[in-house]
Amino acid sequence: MSALPAHDMPPLARTGNLPRGKLGVLLLILSEVFFFGTLIAVYVFYIGHHTGGPTPKDVFDAPLSGPTWQPLAVSFNSVFLLVSSLWIVLAHRALCRGATTAFGFWWLATFACGSVFLAGTANEWHGLIMDDGLWMGTNLFGSCYYTLVGFHALHVTAGLTIMAIVFVLTLAGKMHQRHAGKIELLSWYWHFVDAVWIVVFTIVYVIGWWGAA
Amino acid sequence: MRQIAAREGSVALFATLAATCVAPALTAALVCDPSLPLHSGTPSMFDPRSAPAEMILDITWLVIAICAVIFVVMEGLIIWAIIRYRAKHARDTAGDTGEPPQVYGSNPIELAWTVIPLLIVFVLFLVSARGIFEIDKQEPPPGALEVRVVGHRWWWEFDYGDLGFSTAAELHIPLTKDGQPQSVFLTLESADVIHSFWVPQLGGKKDVVPGRTNYLWLQPRETGRFVGQCAEYCGAQHAGMLINVVVHEEDDFNAWVANQQKPAHDDPATADGRDLFLSTACINCHTVRGTVANGTFAPDLTHLMSRSVLGSGVIANTPEHLRAWVWDPQDAKPGCDMPAMKLTREDTDRICAWLETLH
Amino acid sequence: MSSSPVRPDLSPPLSRLHEWVVTVDHKRLGVMYIVTGLVFFLIGGFEAAMMRWQLAWPGLDIVMPEDFNRLFTMHGTTMVFLVGMPILLGSANYLVPLMIGTRDMAFPRLNAFGFWLFFFGGALLYFSYFGAQGLYGMGSAPDVGWFAYAPLTERTFSRGHSTDYWILGLMVSGFGSIATGINLVTTILCMRCTGMRLMKMPLFVWIMLVDAILIVVAMPPLAAAQVMLLFDRSLGAHFFDVQAGGSAVLWQNLFWFFGHPEVYILILPAFAFVSEIIPVFSRKVLFGYPLMVAATVTIGFISMGVWVHHMFAIGLSPAVNTLFMASTMLIGVPTGIKMFNWVATMFGGRIRLHTPMLFSIGFLAQFLFGGLTGVMLAVVPFDWQVSDSYFVVGHFHYVLFGGLIFSIFAAIYYWFPKVSGRMLSEALGKWQFWLLLIGFNLTFGPMHVSGMLGMPRRIYTYQLDRGWEIWNLLSSIGVLFQALAIAFFIWNVIRSLQRGTPAGDDPWDAWTLEWSTTSPPPAWNFDTDPEVRSRRPLWDAKHPDDPDWKYE
Ligand code: HEA
Ligand code: HEA
Ligand code: HEC
Ligand code: CUA
Ligand SMILES: [Cu+2]
Repeated sequence: MSALPAHDMPPLARTGNLPRGKLGVLLLILSEVFFFGTLIAVYVFYIGHHTGGPTPKDVFDAPLSGPTWQPLAVSFNSVFLLVSSLWIVLAHRALCRGATTAFGFWWLATFACGSVFLAGTANEWHGLIMDDGLWMGTNLFGSCYYTLVGFHALHVTAGLTIMAIVFVLTLAGKMHQRHAGKIELLSWYWHFVDAVWIVVFTIVYVIGWWGAA
Repeated sequence: MRQIAAREGSVALFATLAATCVAPALTAALVCDPSLPLHSGTPSMFDPRSAPAEMILDITWLVIAICAVIFVVMEGLIIWAIIRYRAKHARDTAGDTGEPPQVYGSNPIELAWTVIPLLIVFVLFLVSARGIFEIDKQEPPPGALEVRVVGHRWWWEFDYGDLGFSTAAELHIPLTKDGQPQSVFLTLESADVIHSFWVPQLGGKKDVVPGRTNYLWLQPRETGRFVGQCAEYCGAQHAGMLINVVVHEEDDFNAWVANQQKPAHDDPATADGRDLFLSTACINCHTVRGTVANGTFAPDLTHLMSRSVLGSGVIANTPEHLRAWVWDPQDAKPGCDMPAMKLTREDTDRICAWLETLH
Repeated sequence: MSSSPVRPDLSPPLSRLHEWVVTVDHKRLGVMYIVTGLVFFLIGGFEAAMMRWQLAWPGLDIVMPEDFNRLFTMHGTTMVFLVGMPILLGSANYLVPLMIGTRDMAFPRLNAFGFWLFFFGGALLYFSYFGAQGLYGMGSAPDVGWFAYAPLTERTFSRGHSTDYWILGLMVSGFGSIATGINLVTTILCMRCTGMRLMKMPLFVWIMLVDAILIVVAMPPLAAAQVMLLFDRSLGAHFFDVQAGGSAVLWQNLFWFFGHPEVYILILPAFAFVSEIIPVFSRKVLFGYPLMVAATVTIGFISMGVWVHHMFAIGLSPAVNTLFMASTMLIGVPTGIKMFNWVATMFGGRIRLHTPMLFSIGFLAQFLFGGLTGVMLAVVPFDWQVSDSYFVVGHFHYVLFGGLIFSIFAAIYYWFPKVSGRMLSEALGKWQFWLLLIGFNLTFGPMHVSGMLGMPRRIYTYQLDRGWEIWNLLSSIGVLFQALAIAFFIWNVIRSLQRGTPAGDDPWDAWTLEWSTTSPPPAWNFDTDPEVRSRRPLWDAKHPDDPDWKYE
């Protein structure tokens, strides 16, 4: 491009370009952080603002009469979700090594744990709706609760769907070492869904339950 | 390389930019000087008649002055740059066709135009912050007249709680109490959506938000009628949600209060009109104290004739207008929340004859 | 990414249409964004013209009150979301890959997806004119204002489906914007050509980077708020239902938390355009590049923390108002730095007043005015008088029209030769500029006056005795000039596409990489991968004796 002899020019600088797949996913997660951040902020803002029951205490606190203390049941579910984050790491490692069978195994474990979590949420909602009569329109607590937990569940569902597809591909023998990068991106997304849950859990079942006495 | 633009461009540009400078100044002079013959009914913030509005105007002058100086200086620099550094001109003097010297920046200069604006902003901030705390009163000043203002779609309710009556469309306040300037403390609430109470000559605006109580403080300096209107979009008739404030001499105000406190005037001559009113759906929405009509959805009509306007100000309160209103309010105020009551002409006349006795 | 597949089996017009519809080429998508945006500009301008006609004199009956309310809602929504956004995304799309010397965006398919989401979002919004009647037979287009304050948007007060169209239309196009925002950031951070370190990027690219990050973080909160509103309306939730403990102020916080960054999202591209144009037509390097970068980043940060200045009259505590007054005023400082640096670039230059430069100067002069009225509005006591009055309408048209739209025209006149291979006519361009300059100031200058004289915004008519007639009449007359100017523009584009002077690669003797390839650029952009050593690679090439890299 330039007429100058090469030795006169400074050497070309390194651009410092980043890997685009990773950055893309990080940005997606960043935007999700702001999405969930908004829902969470609204949830916190509205703690204790509902008029009329059932309150968080009413539905989460079924001390002796009810079958379970809801937060306990939810904690139980949560363990599955948290653990699945571990499995997905192992799955990724396996794929990096090219151990596709091991990958398939851990992948299935991840998928299964995620599914258990989702089933737990479904069960919880069933109880809330059928036994406690709590739905979106019942009161402000219901609106906030179903929106926040629902959007999280939606993200879990999206993750599980993609996992199912990947699993089918694995069974078909289409997953190879070179896909490890993509799997890593997927695992980031999954960790994020997990992290959101930790916050949601704290807000809804700990702070919200206390704060709304 | 392409042709260099013609010279007249810069002259015209200069003229226009200069006009951009001068026009605001002229307009400002025209608008801001209350002695100039503008409409007497103009609710201009430059013509304040109440303490908070005056305080706001003082701050306004300062910020206008600061911004005007910045504006003129910057605009001047732009114009100067265009004239002085037009390509043709520069080449004439420099006598070559090459590129001008490239200047990549200058730390001291750039520091200067970071720090100087910071200082300006700091001054502006201090002055305005003081103003905020002085003007925004959350507690009624001692001895203030308190009125609860409720915004409805699309009319204002004025509830004089302690004095025991409520009225609509016109807010009446006294200039003095026992010869001393009287503060008025408005408590603002909404019955439906967000409105905003704004009478520029008396004070700044304050939003009227459902589920929330806001306060506004006025302290009139002069008697007279001051207009304003709802300033937050609230639906079809937002434009028709006008405000009238009447500032009275102390005695007149007391007389007005005494009259408002009475129940509705009862004139046997128009009793049939009253009975018709009371047997119509009117009473579901309107209150007339001293009768069974006690609706709260719509303006209190007990002393309708003491108001000079109808429909919160969209029309003057004359017999013809009143008839037209009761016949079909949608004509004067399309979209408003009072339906045409489908009365016959005769019934309308009878009801209005009675309404006209409600002094 | 390869250029669009050609379908020889289709008839020529269909085949060309097919090429455009299935394209993933950043340049075509850029053009599609911009053209769609300009079409919406005509529609939004038409709506504005109807409003000005109605307001020309008190008591007119040109449109019904409800229709007026729809007009300003659709006008504001269109101009912000369907004009400003697509044009900025489109120009970034077209220019960023060229300026950083790469072949395409990081994710070309995502790029096409983003465009089509935007397109369908806009179409959905406008479909409300026909489809929003709903079961109640009420309403047509949304009539809740562009910021859709609750509880006016709740079912109780807004029946029918118009508000749902507002929500869904904007949400769909919003997801498109987020996708494109992610794409832009990734492209800029991952695809720069050899030698282009961050501080060697043209300022345009820097500004677009900050802009795209703002899009990525500011749009999701709006989507979340809209989801809540949607749930309120369709599932009976109570987020903004005051009767059930919901809060009207919450919506305002959520909306403006998005809304203020949004106005900066709109103005930053304007800064980007003039930061390229002013140096080229002053024949000088941009003054103070590093500080410009710093100012851009600072603006990005501060703009996330000023949103309460739209709520000064809502009755928040004096302390909160004071705090946000401070942050709002502070944002004038980095913006001022930019103004000063642009003017300093002109100083000592050899200014050529071609149309792009004229529009850029118009931008400088008018954005200055709008910015200063913005600082006035930041003064809380003053805002208590003029908030929600025509003064505010004046303010934001000076920044949005006088700033953004003027700079868009500057950009169109500047880059049209690159995109089409032909020059726009200078003569017609000057006609457009002067008519628009006069019309614009005539329309929006008087609004400041009527606002300070007590005229609230969003009123479909006003009383005769208020003394606002003359100012409104002037405003309305101004629109005629503007419409004429726009007509000149359309004529210019059509004429030049057919028989404009061929542009050549580098008609303005400019310095950034896009001018080193052909006009229009080939699908692959550059025949050889560019290498840069400075911010002005073409300057280096043209002045090997005195290249930039010696000084940067
Ligand atoms: C492109 C869009 C854009 C831009 C860039 C701005 C820029 C600014 N805006 Fe504006 N604004 C809007 C679009 C924009 N605004 C819109 C659309 C609304 C209304 C929304 C609605 O209600 O519908 C609005 C409303 C609005 C309000 C609320 C008014 C109300 O409703 O009551 C306020 C209040 O503070 C405000 C302030 C500012 C400030 C301080 C800036 C600053 O960023 C300006 C900075 C620029 C300068 C100051 C000029 C150059 C600087 C110098 C020459 C340096 C020297 C200057 C000083 C030291 C002061 N704006
Ligand atoms: C980029 C943003 C942008 C732009 C460019 C404009 C451009 C214009 N705006 Fe805009 N305006 C807003 C953003 C913008 N506006 C916003 C955000 C609001 C707030 C909305 C709200 O309150 O909710 C607003 C509100 C607003 C109001 C206040 C309404 C009210 O509060 O009651 C008015 C009133 O005069 C107005 C006028 C105009 C005019 C005359 C133009 C003109 O400059 C337009 C010029 C263009 C033309 C004249 C088009 C020419 C073409 C034709 C006429 C051909 C006809 C076309 C077809 C047949 C398809 N606007
Ligand atoms: C559905 C409720 C409703 C009914 C029924 C109703 N009104 Fe009204 N009326 C209103 C409302 C609301 C207003 C305020 C309109 C506005 O200014 O926007 C009003 C205003 C008025 C006013 C003007 C008051 C003022 O101070 O501006 C008069 C007079 C009036 N109504 C008379 C009547 C009469 C007479 C009847 C019966 C024949 C009647 N109204 C029935 C709702 C009602
Ligand atoms: Cu009430 Cu606008
Ligand atoms: Cu803002």
